[in-house]
Amino acid sequence: MADSGVTDVNEKKGDIERAKNEGKELTKEEKQRLRKEKKQQKKSKEKKDDKALQESVKETKGDSSAASAPQPSTQSTAQKAPSAVPAPVSVPAPEAPTPADRPAKSKAELKAERRARQEAERASKQSKKGDPGPQGAVSKSKTATNELQPVVKRLPEHIQVDNPDVLKKLAKKLERQQIPLRSDYGYKVSLFSHLHQYSRKAPLTQQLSIPSTVIHPAIVRLGLQYSQGIVAGSNARSVALLHAFKQVIRDYTTPPNEELSRDLVNRLKPYISFLNQCRPLSASMGNAIKYVKKEISNISSQWKEEEAKDKLLSCIEFYIKEKIVLAAEAIAESSIEKISDGDVILIYGCSSLVNHILCEALKKNRKFRVIVVDSRPRLEGREALRRLVQRGISCTYVLISAVSYILPEVSKVFLGAHALLANGYVMSRVGTSQIALVAKAFNVPVLVCCETYKFCERVQTDSFVSNELDDPDDLIVTRNGQTQLENWQQELSLGLLNLVYDVTPPDFVDLVITELGMIPCTSVPVVLRVKNVDQ
Amino acid sequence: MNEEELVEYFRAQMRKDPDMASAVAAIRTLLEFLKRDKGETILGLRESLTWATSCLKGEDSSVAVSSGGELFLRFISLTSLEHQDLSRCKKVMEERGELFLEKISMSRNKVAKLCHTFIKDGAKILTHSYSRVVLRVLEKAAAEKKRFSVYVTESQPDAHRVSERQMAEALKKLNVPVTVVLDAAVGYVLEKVDLVIVGAEGVVESGGIINKIGTYQMALCSKAHNKPFYVVAESFKFVRLYPLNQQDVPDKFKYKADTLKSIRNLSEEHPVIDYTPPSLITLLFTDLGVLTPSAVSDELIKLYL
Repeated sequence: MADSGVTDVNEKKGDIERAKNEGKELTKEEKQRLRKEKKQQKKSKEKKDDKALQESVKETKGDSSAASAPQPSTQSTAQKAPSAVPAPVSVPAPEAPTPADRPAKSKAELKAERRARQEAERASKQSKKGDPGPQGAVSKSKTATNELQPVVKRLPEHIQVDNPDVLKKLAKKLERQQIPLRSDYGYKVSLFSHLHQYSRKAPLTQQLSIPSTVIHPAIVRLGLQYSQGIVAGSNARSVALLHAFKQVIRDYTTPPNEELSRDLVNRLKPYISFLNQCRPLSASMGNAIKYVKKEISNISSQWKEEEAKDKLLSCIEFYIKEKIVLAAEAIAESSIEKISDGDVILIYGCSSLVNHILCEALKKNRKFRVIVVDSRPRLEGREALRRLVQRGISCTYVLISAVSYILPEVSKVFLGAHALLANGYVMSRVGTSQIALVAKAFNVPVLVCCETYKFCERVQTDSFVSNELDDPDDLIVTRNGQTQLENWQQELSLGLLNLVYDVTPPDFVDLVITELGMIPCTSVPVVLRVKNVDQ
Repeated sequence: MNEEELVEYFRAQMRKDPDMASAVAAIRTLLEFLKRDKGETILGLRESLTWATSCLKGEDSSVAVSSGGELFLRFISLTSLEHQDLSRCKKVMEERGELFLEKISMSRNKVAKLCHTFIKDGAKILTHSYSRVVLRVLEKAAAEKKRFSVYVTESQPDAHRVSERQMAEALKKLNVPVTVVLDAAVGYVLEKVDLVIVGAEGVVESGGIINKIGTYQMALCSKAHNKPFYVVAESFKFVRLYPLNQQDVPDKFKYKADTLKSIRNLSEEHPVIDYTPPSLITLLFTDLGVLTPSAVSDELIKLYL
């Protein structure tokens, strides 16, 4: 892949600059070249002293700031790992490597060269670590240059299953991390052919060899729970993930000659890929992982291992307590103000937060009744119904097809969210946008309850670009002893689509209740901005 | 300063300068209260200020008094009160209070400066009831030698011909042609009109406004006619309320203060204000700048957090 990319370097460089200036997305080859250039520049800078380093960083990074700055921050994303893929990276060679040079060096030699270089970089960084001043200044100068240009935040690349190159990259990466690749199942509807579609009957764990030392057993268990749907719901998944991470940290021992802050992060990467293969990560899980990685990399190297591990465990517990448990309390308090006596509240599916709010409102002696709307194939509403009826709330149960019939009775709609996107769109269980639309048509206020840790920087205007496809066999149902869709695979013109999420535009949502207060849907970027300032 | 003195001072302020917003008078009263307060602790001071605000709310139940009082309290206590000496702390708070008062007395002029450019020559403007801010905007536009004509609604349940007396006559003095129309004639008049400008008693978190009853209707009609609906409001009217619909506006704002005190069964009473949702508002002119309704939440977060 890289061989084909390096034909006429100088020409392509001009292309890259032009593309960047026009703000077009760079092709894979151009991105690779950028990375190579940056590595070369870094190496040559290290030879000068700190001050000169800052200046030259300012100069050269001025152009490539857009792509370079987010690089360190997006190390968690899966697709960034290919930068270390064994492509012939001839950085020590002069800026314009001729094609003839490439085949001359063998892969092993290049690998060794790269490793030596990385050790050198790490050693120099170590010495700089004791001197946080220039380091901070360097990062400050980087951010200063970034202020000048519009900061292009690098978001995880979208899944592109129908693109064989991306699949190959992914396969290589998983091979390197020793994680089995899960194969797609069944015919995919063409609009969604860029997404993965797995079968529940073929869990990833069947392909794992028994003495697998790469993946911690707690993570294997978690992955199985995700893929079989035993742990479902964004809060539940995040909390389970954090508990599994706590177990991993407890069992972790730093290998000799390694630093906890760096090694632990590298250990977590294959776990995250594994979990991603079992079930695509949710936005809340992504934010939790980012937090954990940040905390790990902030561990100073002077701490002893036990201390560091204790600190990490307490950080994770703090995150769970503050962002999930206490946030739910705060949201419940604000929401109860919006529930008046005599209200008829409509809820959809099973959101742990909405259920919590309704139970709290009942405790505060509000008189209301609830209409639970449910939909196939998950039928999560039944779980919500069970929980509410247990508390003594009077409920009505309808299927989503009856929503327009029941809405004239409803005074408010409470919805949970899977994630809130940066342009104000609400990503939630499939069917939510339908309910919001019908509620808007009936002039019924729609309230979305969402903790701030589910806010994500992604922007999406439709439900196609990024979604999750569940097992299509879930749609098969047996009625009166007959299973009509049993042999759906044989039918060539038939496709089964089991979508998991959809996005609701902000015009349909009247109010978002978060632990920071009640905000309109369009203020999500404000909250993200405030949060980034805090961090 | 006890309750009677407080209320008397407030009324005196209102009488002295009828052009002043009731919120500004309330803030003046609170500042006076602060100066005369003989409390011993900061917490006690804060509590007595809160008590004073609630007294004033009992006198004048408009949203602006409530929001103005709260903002005043926040503004003066935003400073880090690390001085050991209580009197020095109080001095700092008083200075900040004077500063706050100065800022908001300039706010009406700032709003007028921003808004008058939106009034083009030959424009026909529709406005609702008597609003001093709208009047200031129109004065500024007239001073800029713009020619425009104004339609004013009667705005019942105001006393008979009060809007004629106040708004129409003030405009006549500026040589601006004025027509007083029935509230029911808003739909009829809207096709002749180019833009609608109203004031606000309060601006809520969603970007909607709380204003004299009839505003919601006017906003709905102007949306149907595709005419721009502008709101002019000072920033001290921003309040931390988020009504979902008309029902959701708290009763304490809906009725006049004396009605709240005397009448038991409020469902027989007619509310004097209504809530206009942000989807019907084109732009809000405030001393913080020209805002879209969605930007109001951003400003509120900055003001209150």
